[in-house]
Amino acid sequence: MSTATATPSSTATTAAVPGDARITLRGHLRHTGALVRRNLLWIRQDPESMFDALLMPVVFTLLFVYVFGGSIGQALGGGQDQYVQYVIPGMVAMMSMTLSQGVGTGFSEDFNKGVMDRFRSLPIGRGSVLFAKITVELGRMLFATAVLMIVAVLVGFDITSWPGLFATVGLSALFASSIMWVFLTLGVVLKNAQSVQAMGFLVLFPLQFGSSIFAPTQSMPGWLQHFTDYNPLSTLADAARGLMIGGPVAHDLWVTVGWSVVITAVMAPVAIHKFRTKN
Amino acid sequence: MTRIDNKPSGAGSAVTVRGLVKHYGETKALDGVDLDVREGTVMGVLGPNGAGKTTLVRILSTLITPDAGQATVAGYDVVRQPRQLRRVIGLTGQYASVDEKIPGWENLYMIGRLLDLSRKDARARADELLERFSLTEAARRPVSTYSGGMRRRLDLAASMIGHPAVLYLDEPTTGLDPRTRNEVWDEVKRMVGEGVTVLLTTQYMEEAEQLAHELTVVDRGKVIAGGGIDELKAKVGGRTLRIKPADPVQLRPLAGWLDELGITGLASTTVDAEGGAVLVPILSDEQLTAVVGAITARGVTLASITTELPSLDEVFLSLTGHRAGAPQDARPADDRQEVAV
Repeated sequence: MSTATATPSSTATTAAVPGDARITLRGHLRHTGALVRRNLLWIRQDPESMFDALLMPVVFTLLFVYVFGGSIGQALGGGQDQYVQYVIPGMVAMMSMTLSQGVGTGFSEDFNKGVMDRFRSLPIGRGSVLFAKITVELGRMLFATAVLMIVAVLVGFDITSWPGLFATVGLSALFASSIMWVFLTLGVVLKNAQSVQAMGFLVLFPLQFGSSIFAPTQSMPGWLQHFTDYNPLSTLADAARGLMIGGPVAHDLWVTVGWSVVITAVMAPVAIHKFRTKN
Repeated sequence: MTRIDNKPSGAGSAVTVRGLVKHYGETKALDGVDLDVREGTVMGVLGPNGAGKTTLVRILSTLITPDAGQATVAGYDVVRQPRQLRRVIGLTGQYASVDEKIPGWENLYMIGRLLDLSRKDARARADELLERFSLTEAARRPVSTYSGGMRRRLDLAASMIGHPAVLYLDEPTTGLDPRTRNEVWDEVKRMVGEGVTVLLTTQYMEEAEQLAHELTVVDRGKVIAGGGIDELKAKVGGRTLRIKPADPVQLRPLAGWLDELGITGLASTTVDAEGGAVLVPILSDEQLTAVVGAITARGVTLASITTELPSLDEVFLSLTGHRAGAPQDARPADDRQEVAV
C-alpha cells in the first residue's frame, strides 16, 4: 500500500502554504509568464492566426494610399506623396485599435472551454489570465506596426524622426492596452465570439472614421469636429503625426494619455471583477 | 453540525457541506445540501442531469459562491478562504479542462508553473505524470489530436500536479465508450489507492459501484438518500431481473402475479411498458432461481430474461417512487425528506 507515503506528501503541500496565501509580485509574473507561453504556443500551432496582423497593415496602407491618396493629397495642397506622410501615422493609431479587438474575441472563445474553469480553480491571481492576454496582443500589435512601417517606407513614407516613431509606438501601445480592457470585458460578458466582434465593430467604426486618421477634419461639419477633437483616436493620430513628422504634439499627447489612464482605471477593475464572478 | 477547524492532516472529514443553497432565478440548483466526505475515501454523488451535481462541484472549487449554507474543504472555507482552498484541490470537469491547442506536455508544464513549481520541478512533474498516465508518446502532440480517453487521462494528470488532498471528478466518463471508461476507472482507482480523497459525481450506478465507498443520491438540488454502496444496493434490490414475456399482452398480468409472489428484494416489481419487460429487483441468486422456477411453473413463455445492475432510474424509482427528475408527483416526497434532514 502506498497510502502511507502519499498521505504525508499531500499534507506537506498543504502545510507549506502560508497562512493568508497572498500572491507575491514574482508569483504574478510567473503565472502571467506561463499563460503568455500558452498563447505563444497557439500562434506556433496555428500561424494563420497572425495573418490579420500581417495583412491588415499591407492591405489598408495600399488601399488608402492608392485609392484616396491622390484626391485627399490634392486637398492637402500636394499629392499622393503628401497623403502618405499624412496617413501613415494615422495608420499606426488605427492598427492599435483594430487589433485590440482580437483580445476580446479570443477570450470569449476561451471561456466556452473547460480550461478556463481550471485556471479559475487554481491559486493564481485572477488578473494573470487577463494580463497574459493583453501582453500577447500587444506583441501582435508591435509585429503589425513593424509590418506597417516596412510597407510605409516602400510606398514612400519618410521617417523623419526615429525617436518620434518609437514614442508613437509606445503611445499606441498604452492606448491599445486601455482599449483591450474594454474588449476583455465584452469577451467575458458576451456569450460568443461573434457577438464580441459585432459589438467591437459598432464601437470601432464610428471612432475610426469620425477621426482625423484618414482625412483632415477641417471640412467636417462643426458638431462632428467637436466629436473628433476629443475622439481619442483623433488625438492619438494627431499626436502620432506630430511625433513622426513634426508639428504641435502636447495637447493631443495629453488627451490621449488621459483617455488611456481613465479607460484603464475604469475598465480594468470591471473586467477583473466580471472575470472573477462569472458563473 | 460541527464547526471544524481541524488540520487537513487530522483524520476525519475532508469535505463538509452544510445546508448549501444555490438558486438561479426560479431554479433551485442546490436546495439545502448536506454532505460529508471522509478523508481517503471516494464519495459518489449520484443524480440525473440537472440534479445539482455540477453546481456542488463548482461551489466546492470556488468557481461560484453559494447563496446560503457553508462548506469547507480540508478545513478551508469555500467563501472565506478561497485562495488556500485552491491549493489543496484538483478539478476534472465534465468537459476536459485542458487546452486543446497546445501539446499535452505543455498543458502540464503550464499548470505546474501556475502552481508555483520551479521550471525544473514543473518539467519533471510533467514528464512524471505523462509517464504515469501512459501519455509519454503523445507528449508533444497538440491535445486536439488525442482520443477521448487520452484527453480524460491528461485531464486527470493535470488535476494531480499539485498533489491535491481532495480531487473532484465531475462526471469523468460521461460520453466515453465502455473500454475507455474502464481505462479512466483504473486510473481513478490507482489515485484512490494513493490516499487521495475523491468527490465523484456520476449519472451511472455502475460507475458509483466501481469507484465509490459511499453514495449520496441527489435530485433537484436535494439529497434524497445516502450511505454505503451495499446499503443502497440492498434498498434498491442489488440486481434487477429484466423479464420479457414473448406475448406483450402478458406483461401486466405477469407483473401483478410476480408482485403477489413476494420474492423480490426490498423494492417492488415494476413494469417497463416501452421495453415490454417486467423489472424484478432481487438480492440473491436464490431469488433469481425462485423467480425463474415460478415463471416456468406458471407456463409463461419468455422472449428473454437478463440480470442487470440497477440503472439510475431504477434507483430513483425504488428510493422515491418516481422517476429521476420527474417534475410532478415528486414534490411531497421531497418535502418530507427535507423535513427529515
